[in-house]
Amino acid sequence: MGFLEINNVTKSYGAVKVLHDIDIDVDEGEFLVLVGPSGCGKSTLLNIIAGLENLTSGEIAINDQTVNHIHPSNRNIAMVFQSYALYPNMTVAQNITFGLEMHNVPKAEREAALNDVAKLLQIEPLLNRKPGQLSGGQRQRVAMGRALVRNPDVFLFDEPLSNLDAKLRVDMRTEIKKLHQKLKKTIVYVTHDQIEAMTLSSRIAVMYNGYVQQLGTPSEVYNKPANVFVAKFIGSPAMNVIPATISIKAKHAFACFEDGNGRAIELQLSQPVSSLKDGQSLLLGIRPEAISDLGNEDRNVNISKPFETMVMVTEPSGADTFVTLNLAGHDVVSRLRGDVALPSGTLASFTVNMDKVVLFDPETENRLDIG
Amino acid sequence: MSIASQDSAVKNNRTTMVLIYVTLLVFALFYLVPLFVMIANSLKPLSEITGGNMMALPKEWTIEPWLKAWSTAQIGVEPTGLKPYFINSIIMVVPAVIISSVIGAINGYVLTKWRFKGDTIIFGLMLFSCFIPFQIVLIPMAMVLGKLGLSGSVSGLILVHVVYGIGFSTLYYRNYYAAFPTELVRAAMIDGAGFFQIFWRIMLPVSGPITVVCVIWQFTNIWNDFLFGVSFGGQDQPMTAALNNLVQSSTGVKEYNVHFAGAILAALPTLLVYIVAGRYFVRGLMAGSVKG
Repeated sequence: MGFLEINNVTKSYGAVKVLHDIDIDVDEGEFLVLVGPSGCGKSTLLNIIAGLENLTSGEIAINDQTVNHIHPSNRNIAMVFQSYALYPNMTVAQNITFGLEMHNVPKAEREAALNDVAKLLQIEPLLNRKPGQLSGGQRQRVAMGRALVRNPDVFLFDEPLSNLDAKLRVDMRTEIKKLHQKLKKTIVYVTHDQIEAMTLSSRIAVMYNGYVQQLGTPSEVYNKPANVFVAKFIGSPAMNVIPATISIKAKHAFACFEDGNGRAIELQLSQPVSSLKDGQSLLLGIRPEAISDLGNEDRNVNISKPFETMVMVTEPSGADTFVTLNLAGHDVVSRLRGDVALPSGTLASFTVNMDKVVLFDPETENRLDIG
Repeated sequence: MSIASQDSAVKNNRTTMVLIYVTLLVFALFYLVPLFVMIANSLKPLSEITGGNMMALPKEWTIEPWLKAWSTAQIGVEPTGLKPYFINSIIMVVPAVIISSVIGAINGYVLTKWRFKGDTIIFGLMLFSCFIPFQIVLIPMAMVLGKLGLSGSVSGLILVHVVYGIGFSTLYYRNYYAAFPTELVRAAMIDGAGFFQIFWRIMLPVSGPITVVCVIWQFTNIWNDFLFGVSFGGQDQPMTAALNNLVQSSTGVKEYNVHFAGAILAALPTLLVYIVAGRYFVRGLMAGSVKG
């Protein structure tokens, strides 16, 4: 039994089904991130948890109590909105204590709670200002203060960082993580930013088209993506997914590509040979950081035989250099160290960390769970 | 070359400006002439009007016509002046404006933030009421007022104006609230605020601009209404009907100076409302169209 249970939740607008049997149990103190491209249903699911939208079928339970028919204000939740949704006519202090006032908390208690939260978020000097006089980061803090002050069972965050500029977003991300480590509250957090999802969460639910594609820890989702969608959505640059054919030689399985010039590239797979068939076609998923230029690979893992290919594009980004190379007619992005010297248009040799390679069924696009 | 062309551009600009200002000045004078005539003649003895130039300033200044129009002029059969009718108008217009604005605000709030099936149809029908000519409803309205026992009273007039005003006030508030972020309402819901608490604490405090627009519009329309006043006013006729009685009386000498004073008295409240709140009027009409 989870602390927050989402049981077979379905949501339809008329004939259009936007959520299909969503089933997630969130433990107390867990940080669940719902991530997916726009239109995947993640915000709808959050609104259903909050009670701002009705579900078509299924059940939401918080703390062993079904809340389907309980008004949002009585679910003991707090929500931080993308636009912060601060009341423009009230001061910061009034904004933060409005919820307590509506729940008839005595004034002295409200003051005490306000002071605690203001101290925690370091917004004491702002308490008498109006939201219009605050910067984006300050508004964000006030919005979190308004959520924190009610001491709710569950925090809901709806893309809270997407209105901030890039630098502030990274700072606030760390801030939210610190806050979670300190308060150990249950959080459901919606974002379309996979980096936010990876850095913040204790578990990620990757959503697409109204389905949960995968529910798992950041490491599970990253290293063992359930399908091609998850593989490509999580990680930047995206995982390279290229079709290959299996050939079995001398009790070893190889993924084979034609490189266009009639020369074959063969990568020896780490997956056990027994689970693969000669001539089987599948999709090979290779993370950019699993590719190394010859001579710089990690000696402690299974590395492939080096293959020589053309460097198409080199994109230095400081710490890393992204090198796009041509593998059997496909553009494949690799993440190499920052000072690598591989000008575009030259030939170079690369190796692949075969332990990190994942295989997908070309029909279903699901990961082949072998090895 | 470029300097020369710049020069001519500036010159061009200056002639255009002079032209614009001259034109504006001429039109402003043109529009102010009636007001001048009214004020000037209301401050003259009658003999100066009948024997002389309407356009001239008074030779002998007097406020006698104003006092007469206000308190002793013959209105219909009673020599009461316009005063009781002015009071009637105030008693009618203030509640009618307040009630229709409040109902319009609540309608706008419901139609944008508590959407329900068929809400656009209901809004469309309310909008339709803005375009129904007064004449069409005269007889049905008279019957309704009769059934309610409100015919010939100020309360009846208030009801008529509220019913007619709701269409416009709903239109104003609905369009204003449509631009109001729904997330704020949701945040307030989660904070535990109820239907009226959200309206009172969150929506109304930011409704200043549109309230000014609505109040000016309703006030002007209701104050200036003649047809309903004459039809349903009974003994408690509003200012407009009384002014008509004053000016149109067919017996005795036509006291033009008193008529002018009476007409200004009748126009004064709407003029005041515009002067006090006019700048918010434009601001309110523009609200929502430009961000920030």
